[in-house]
Parts: sequence; structure tokens; C-alpha cells
Amino acid sequence: MTVVETRAVTRRFGSFTAVDAVDLEVGPGEVVGVLGANGAGKTTLMRMILGLLRPTSGSVTLFGEPPGRATRLRIGYVPQSLGLWRDLTAAENMEFSAGVFGVPPTDTPAGAGGRLVGNLSLGVQRRVAFAAALQHRPDLLILDEPTSGVAPLSRARLWEEIRAQAERGVAVLVTTHYMDEARQADRLILMARGTVVGRGSERDIVGSLEAVVVTTDRWEAAFGVIEDAGLAATLAGRALRVPGATTGEVGAALRAAGVDAEVTTGHATLEEAMVVAATS
Amino acid sequence: MTWGVEHLTVRFGHTTAVEDVSLAAEPHRVSAVVGGDGAGKTTLLRVLAGIPIRHEGSVTAPERRRIGYVPAAGGVFDDLTVAENLSFTGGAYRVPDIAAAAAPLLERTGLAPFTGRLAGDLSGGMRRKLAVVGAMLHSPDLLILDEPTTGVDPVSRSDLWRLIGAAATGGAAVVVSSAYLDESERASSVTVLHRGRSLVAGTPDEVRASLPGSVVVVDEPADRSRAWRQGRRWREWVPDGSPDGVAPTLEDVLIAAGLAEEEASR
Repeated sequence: MTVVETRAVTRRFGSFTAVDAVDLEVGPGEVVGVLGANGAGKTTLMRMILGLLRPTSGSVTLFGEPPGRATRLRIGYVPQSLGLWRDLTAAENMEFSAGVFGVPPTDTPAGAGGRLVGNLSLGVQRRVAFAAALQHRPDLLILDEPTSGVAPLSRARLWEEIRAQAERGVAVLVTTHYMDEARQADRLILMARGTVVGRGSERDIVGSLEAVVVTTDRWEAAFGVIEDAGLAATLAGRALRVPGATTGEVGAALRAAGVDAEVTTGHATLEEAMVVAATS
Repeated sequence: MTWGVEHLTVRFGHTTAVEDVSLAAEPHRVSAVVGGDGAGKTTLLRVLAGIPIRHEGSVTAPERRRIGYVPAAGGVFDDLTVAENLSFTGGAYRVPDIAAAAAPLLERTGLAPFTGRLAGDLSGGMRRKLAVVGAMLHSPDLLILDEPTTGVDPVSRSDLWRLIGAAATGGAAVVVSSAYLDESERASSVTVLHRGRSLVAGTPDEVRASLPGSVVVVDEPADRSRAWRQGRRWREWVPDGSPDGVAPTLEDVLIAAGLAEEEASR
């Protein structure tokens, strides 16, 4: 059975369409990543899935029924702000959220127990928030940038726990705009302006999108020329990348300015694809 | 002129925030300082920016008015408009023609239509861009940006990196801290901090090459304590090397360094 299913779900605020006919499915044991820039509609979509906002049209079903109190009991949700009480200890936070769901509290992550959450490092706070959200053994986890801002090893450990949940059959829906997190998902959905503009693996989403790569000793001059031509250049070590442009236009601008450069193309990165989708 | 710190150590009471860290910042180059929460990035950048903090080791930096510094939170006045923010900051640095200095930067970052808006009413990404534009108005010799892209969406992040590129091409030495490894690919050199110490430093290629042994991608790791997930599969660090090793990412190097440190302290 599908855990999350949206069919042409749409939400308007006045004349503004925040989410426009989005189809999304997450099955048990699957980790699905929803990507997009600010204003892409990720948050509105999540709010509809959580049952906090009604769709204007289309449908959302969780475990085969519309979102409501019964489905809420089966969801573990960790917002980006973590949803912990900073002036309670980690153990008190665990106890409090277990009480809300009417279950006995589970063990507090090692080393966190008696300390106020506000005094814990961000990495440990994230572990506590995650442990708190798992206490009622949810069947669906909704995580918003679950590992943003933490060191690589802590991030790796958190993803090991998330994946362990998925292997127990829990459906996981992750919203993020960080590539490191996106790579942990089984499938990705890229949103822009309320609609889904790409689906599948990282490779599927980047598709045929390329970035022009400019290599030259005069990269400072080249950067100015490309920016003055109205194209967006970014540094990549000592080379420049111009996503979504053509070698023709970049080469012409450089030649006209008398800048000698090698102009080639390479696959765009997932991040570049996201920026091109949001700005084109 | 190369700016930077050598053998910098900073202690706060019994806590050592930075221990024997060296960092070089050259004109026309972007140096990235990467690390998680509590790694010592902010302390390092604050010392370099000339904020009075008791330290050991040497600091080489231009005079204060030739530095541009954007702290991790802030760098803008919420109760002033975008234009007022720039006029205040530019005035403090005695920029002769603030409007002329600001115009191309505002244009490039999409802030141009919002000059009359209160900074407090801007999105997080727009505020970060405003802070960086403010720190660039006087064309500083050393531009120090503390986590300019944390919590910022990809479009603003891309604009911020265009500003950073513009500052470097203009001749500034730029030091940028970040919690995200993918960003350090854009820098000429990377210094990775972990609990106040420098784990690895060099160009992104040098950092990748510094991995002791290999990383392999497997369905079932031989040693779980040295393995971590990537999607459904595992990546595993093999310190003695493996013929099946894949090209390591910056993230692999850092995870392996963290594991090595844990094993050593056990």
C-alpha cells in the first residue's frame, strides 16, 4: 500500500498558485527527496501532507485515508527548527513528546540526557529531535533538511539511522536543497513555481542540462566578461562554470573582449539544475 | 600580499576553540574554511577580522578599514531600508560614491528592486546578499564571510557565490566559511576544521588525494564501524587500501578523518 499519495494536488492563496497539480507517491521503505528553491512550493506541499492545510483541489491520502488525527499518530515529523524545547533537558523533551503520543519514552541519545537542549551542539540536538520523533514508531517520517549544518561524520550517522528506519518499512519523505542530502534519497522530485519539473535519479533530473566550463589563465577577466554578458558565472577552483548557457554565446563574448580561453561543456550539477529550473 | 594566520590557538577558559591552525588568504583567491557546528570556524574568522580576542600565534591582515567582514548572523540593520543599510555601511568605510559602487552589485543579486524595503522584511537569502554587498562596497583587500550561505536557498546561494567570485576577480583575498562541503569545490583552497584543529588543508584535489587507503562502495560492508550509507548502498573506508577503491569525495575524506580520530581516541 502506498503511504503517501497526492493526485493533482493544488493549493491557491488568492490568485497565487503555490502548488499546482502535484502527483507524489511514497511507498513503505522508500526514501523520497523533494527538492526546490524557496517559493518552489515544498513547504505548502508538506503542510497539505501533514494535514495542516487543505488542498484547493486534487487529493492527499495517507495510508489510504485523508490526513487527520488518526494519520497524525502514524507520522514522525522533524521540522528544520527541530521542534525541541530548548529550556528542557533532552530526557525531558523525550518524555514530553512520548507523553503526547501516549507511549513510554525511549532512551535519550548517549551523552545528551541531563543537559538542556539549548546547551547541546546542533549535531546532538538533531539526534535528539530524530529520536523523539521515532518514539511512537511512526510509519511515515517527514524530515526537513534533517542533517543541515552538522559535521560529515555526524551527518553520516544520522543517515544511517534514517536508512535503518526505511529498511524496517518506514516511508521517508525528505525536503532539502542540499546536494549531500539529496544523494541519500532513492528517488527525487524537483519542484519549481509550484509544479514538478523533474523526477527520478540525480542523473534523470540533470538530464541533458549542461554547464559551460571556461578554463583560462585570465579567469578574472573572463569572469567580468561573462557577467557583463548577462550570464551567471561561478568559480570552480580556477575555472569558471556557466550553467544553462551555450558554448557559442560564452565563446563569442570572450572573443569579442579579446580573452583567450578554452570553452568546453560538462554535465550540470544537481544544484545548477535547481537554479536553472527556478530562474528560467 | 598574503594574509592569514599561523599557528593560531584560541582558548576560552578551559575550552580550546582553535588549536594550532594556519590559513593563507591570497589576493584573487577564495579560501574556504569548512567544518560542522563547533569546529572553530567563527573564532578563526573573528581573529582574522581583527576582533580583539586573546590568542597565540601570528595574524597577518590589512588595516581594519581595508577588511570587509560579515558575521555568521547579521551584518545588516533590520530597521533600516536596503539603501539606508548601504549608505550607513558605505559611509563608515568612507566610500566616495556609494550609489555607483552599489548599483552593479544590487543588479547582480536581484536586490535592485527592493532598495526601499526594510532589511527586516527581506527573505533570509536577500539579507545575506545585502550583508555581503555592504562588506564589498569599499573594495576590501580581505573579505571575510562567516557562513554566508547557511540556511540560504540555492538561487540566493548561487547569487552569493557570484558576489564572492566578483570580489576575488576584483583582487580581494576572500575567506569563506561553510558547513557544506560541496561549496568548497568552488574555492582555490580548503581548510577543514574539526573540534578546533585543522584536519586537512590544500586544493580540493589535494584534499581528496589525502585520503589514507581507499573508499569502496558495497552492498554489505565488511566492517560496519567504518561504513556509512549512500542511498541503499554503503561506502566503506579501507585504511589499508583496496583494488576496488572509487574516486573519493571530499565528504569521504572528512568522514574517514573523523573515524580515524575516534579510533585513535578509543
